[in-house]
Amino acid sequence: MIRVLVAKPGLDGHDRGAKVIARALRDAGMEVIYTGLHQTPEQIVDAALSEDVDVLAISILSGAHPTLVPRIMELLRANDVDDMLVLLGGIIPEDDVPAMKAAGVHQVFGPGTDTQDIVDFIRQHKGTA
Amino acid sequence: MMDLETVYQGIQEGRRRALARGLSWVDEGSDRGNALLGRLFPHAGHAHVIGITGAPGVGKSTLVNALTLHLRKTKQTVGILAVDPSSPFTGGAILGDRIRMQDSVDDQGVYMRSLASRGHVGGLSRATFGALTLLDAAGFDVILIETVGAGQAEVDVMRFAQTVLVVLAPGLGDDIQAIKAGILEIGNIFVVNKGDREGADRTVRSLRSMLGLTSTSLDWVPPIIKTSADRNEGIGELVQAIEDHKAYLTNHAIWDQMRERQAENLLEQALEDMVEAVKKESRRQGEWYRAVSSIRQGESAPAFARELISQWLQKNG
Repeated sequence: MIRVLVAKPGLDGHDRGAKVIARALRDAGMEVIYTGLHQTPEQIVDAALSEDVDVLAISILSGAHPTLVPRIMELLRANDVDDMLVLLGGIIPEDDVPAMKAAGVHQVFGPGTDTQDIVDFIRQHKGTA
Repeated sequence: MMDLETVYQGIQEGRRRALARGLSWVDEGSDRGNALLGRLFPHAGHAHVIGITGAPGVGKSTLVNALTLHLRKTKQTVGILAVDPSSPFTGGAILGDRIRMQDSVDDQGVYMRSLASRGHVGGLSRATFGALTLLDAAGFDVILIETVGAGQAEVDVMRFAQTVLVVLAPGLGDDIQAIKAGILEIGNIFVVNKGDREGADRTVRSLRSMLGLTSTSLDWVPPIIKTSADRNEGIGELVQAIEDHKAYLTNHAIWDQMRERQAENLLEQALEDMVEAVKKESRRQGEWYRAVSSIRQGESAPAFARELISQWLQKNG
């Protein structure tokens, strides 16, 4: 069973996208933990570790990804997490994608992504089921 | 990658990563999960396990959050297991109980884990007993188990919890009538949550008259506590009722008998797992389908059941 944490860090109040992803992953047979809006990087990493998830899917629409994402990745590394798949979605300008990947994000999914592509990407990296 | 020994040691030392990984193993029902459970079982048996059940929307998660904050004031550590339903069609699940437990998640004295029911009926998941055994062995003083939104038949929680809270709320229609059998009989404490809403007192009254008719225990009279969990009202009184119930269990030597029942749970679980394994294996080998078509021709189902079990034992015994 693949377990996924869908996380909404920072101050943006729009979680429509995050909920759409959560439903799509559930319909693909995954267990999805959603923790609600306005989470700090510390809360997100604590939830990811406590729930022992295989995948961390972060959604940011506020433009704060250059600060939030490296902080989350740093906390994961500080806890010796090396087997978690980290995905980023929301409004991430093309120019920022290389920096996000350099910070440790495995894949960035922008607006208009087919949810099936996300499902396929997760299955490809974490097995079926 | 953590191995069995690391996880086993880590859980007893109260390390959260080890606990989190151990819970995943138990949840997947794997051999290493069973091995871990077997080794940790003797170290468990100290925690006060409190089950929280009730219909969807009565405020179980909010109540768990308020209870946790209150228990933390007395320095007791709290482990939380929250069960949500899996989809019967895809097996997937959305586990949202953490949303209402934000006040306690930053606290190192609190550990919360979301579980999906994974097709198990009865209000809990197959792995719930194993999961609470791990939390118990990790040294949590109190373990709160929140069931899926329950109706009449989700009474599994009474097998695992020493104290069962049945939660109701006013304004859910003819709510007491709807649950009069089943979960009304398993409550050690009744909570009328959303007590600030209209109709709360009426719910308390009708609950009281209903309980007068169905009460089964002679010594313990289940109290009815009115709370407003989101305003933190009535929580102190509820915690007192929980303490009273614990004292009652200890004084009547029921607490020790429950430990016996937990060992029984482990055995029942192992038997259920074995039956599942027999089904899975015989389907894979095709014997299942041969048996089904013979039974259609009038042959005896119990005889085939014995046959499938003995074949499985020969291979896995």
